[in-house]
Amino acid sequence: MVAYIVRRLMLAVLTVWAISVLSFIIIHLPPGDYVTSYIASMSASGSAVSEGEAQALREQLGLDKPITVQYAKWMELVLQGNFGMAMEWGRPVTDVIGDRLTLTIVISVAAIIFTWVVALPIGIYSAVYRYSFLDYLFTFVGFIGLAVPGFLLALIVMYLGFAYFGANVGGLFSPDYAEAPWSLGKTWDLVKHLPVPAIVLGVAGTAQLIRIMRSNLLDELRKPYVMTARARGLTEYRVITRYPVRVALNPFISTIGYLLPYVVSGSIIVSLVLSLPTVGPLLLKALIAQDMFLAGTIVLLLGVLTVIGTFISDLLLMWVDPRIRLGQR
Amino acid sequence: MTAEVAAAVAAPDSVAEQRIAVATQWQLMWWRFRKHKLALGATFVLAAFYLVAIFADFFAYVDPHASNAQRSLIAPQWIHWFDEGRLSPYVYGLKGARDPMTFKRVYKPDTSTKLPIVFFAHGEPYKLFGFIPADRHLFGIEGTDTAEALVLLGTDVQGRDLWSRLMFATRTSMTIGLVSVALSLVLGVVLGGVSGYFGGLTDTVIQRIIEILRSIPTIPLWMGLAAAVPSDWSVVQVYFAITIIISLIGWTELARVVRGRFISLKHEDFVMAAELVGCSKPRIIFRHMVPSFISHIIAATTLAIPAIIISETSLSFLGLGLRPPAISWGVLLQDAQDVQALVISPWLLITAFPVIVAVLAFNFMGDGIRDAADPYL
Repeated sequence: MVAYIVRRLMLAVLTVWAISVLSFIIIHLPPGDYVTSYIASMSASGSAVSEGEAQALREQLGLDKPITVQYAKWMELVLQGNFGMAMEWGRPVTDVIGDRLTLTIVISVAAIIFTWVVALPIGIYSAVYRYSFLDYLFTFVGFIGLAVPGFLLALIVMYLGFAYFGANVGGLFSPDYAEAPWSLGKTWDLVKHLPVPAIVLGVAGTAQLIRIMRSNLLDELRKPYVMTARARGLTEYRVITRYPVRVALNPFISTIGYLLPYVVSGSIIVSLVLSLPTVGPLLLKALIAQDMFLAGTIVLLLGVLTVIGTFISDLLLMWVDPRIRLGQR
Repeated sequence: MTAEVAAAVAAPDSVAEQRIAVATQWQLMWWRFRKHKLALGATFVLAAFYLVAIFADFFAYVDPHASNAQRSLIAPQWIHWFDEGRLSPYVYGLKGARDPMTFKRVYKPDTSTKLPIVFFAHGEPYKLFGFIPADRHLFGIEGTDTAEALVLLGTDVQGRDLWSRLMFATRTSMTIGLVSVALSLVLGVVLGGVSGYFGGLTDTVIQRIIEILRSIPTIPLWMGLAAAVPSDWSVVQVYFAITIIISLIGWTELARVVRGRFISLKHEDFVMAAELVGCSKPRIIFRHMVPSFISHIIAATTLAIPAIIISETSLSFLGLGLRPPAISWGVLLQDAQDVQALVISPWLLITAFPVIVAVLAFNFMGDGIRDAADPYL
């Protein structure tokens, strides 16, 4: 058990390191750096930046050093919790990201909860009543859910909301609360706005999970121990929920590890369409402005959060599955 | 008497059995696949999509780049299929007028002019496959200028014909899936094969890399990589840059499938037999092992394409993928980003249909191939 945790933890640390390198590389891929794009935007607005000023700016931001030094410097700051300055905004990155990261987590978790709550009963139903009308219906809806990319679904939902209900279904807060400090009222407002983005984000994952749950449970239902349980006179409900569902649940939980990156990833693009105040729109802006500290931090934090989520799902898997807990692998 | 009946009953059976006994693996697969009606239907749908991709110039009836500010956001035309009880499709001509309130130019159908739609009509000249000069289009309007009179799916903000743009977008988006999956396939087969065949430390390292890549949210990563594509690159360069970026992360699933197959086959008797006979490693891999799981790879590849199509569409939609003047589904959907614009001109969302249909069709076909390839599932 300890060995399992240690192995998972090591993998998580390795992944975080890989993410940090990747996010750093990404930011350095575009030709030119922040100063070049800063100069371009300054000259577009009419004021010129002299060569000397540009050089001074580069030195101040540490852009003249070799890339490995820049990376080391960046990591050193990151480990101290200092993510540098969001250059375009002239404020610390932590300030700019602020609540947005929390909201990204809230939306992703809401989407996963939605996925679970919907996929579990439907998956069980589809397996137990295989080839029934509802099974076919769920399979069909599931296929559609898989085929419609999140942002397209968001667009369609936005359009329908706008055209038929005259309401803007986007956003996470009502205008009254958008700028207000956190309060009970604001939290309730958030809860009221959550379902639309959570469903839009969760649909594809739900479709996937239903299929997994259905096929897992079908495999289990064929096994002799189910018949034994039935022969012993257990009620059908108990037969199914006590044994095969618990076994079938195992791959179900492990998919969270795969589901989480997928959902976080989807939240970025869905946020742009639904204009949610998550890190998504911020990342796009930062990338276009080549604001390396901001973009790098967002990619890094998103990655790290995902790794933590995956790690939690590993622990959960251990708790559910005695085969892993007792080290039989 | 009884013997006769028995023979009559047994005869067709044994013929079928004989056919199965001598059929090649591919024939068996095809027979199984054929039974899968949904997959078969999906195959036809995809064939149609690729026909459009190949002959986009023929299916389009005007130049997809020809813009005209005057003709901005014309609503789709209604095709009237029957004229006085006979099947002869026609559309009404368009009458442009200025709205006295908004001073915007609006187009209304002019019910006094009927313009018959002609199939295989002469239209704008183009080069088929880039070198065969032609001027036939699937349909058009003879007599008047097709570009003026026909707006089957409406026009976009810049007055470009949406139907024609959609045809060319299909070409880009459907091929980007193929090119990208080919790249992923090479990476996946090589790395997955090496990982599965050699095992040990190599396997561990490659597996960890895959695990790491899979636990990173892809869209931020793609966005970062795609934002790095220089803005002065040509359409073709951007096209290949995006394909490479997508396949760099997309190979992991294929590698897993290939590795799984290699591991399960490694200990099969026929592989050991080949080893004992003294076959070289490449011969064992390519002559003995690969043919027995190539069908699985085809299935996995088919199932990988829809994800790639969605990725390209998403990236282009964000403005980080293909950029105008390139035309792809994602680029077309960019126009639909603004909800207010969408409410006024909902036809801009029409591109959503081919995306969904293509992705569904690939999923169905892939499932069909997988089921046909693996009789033990």
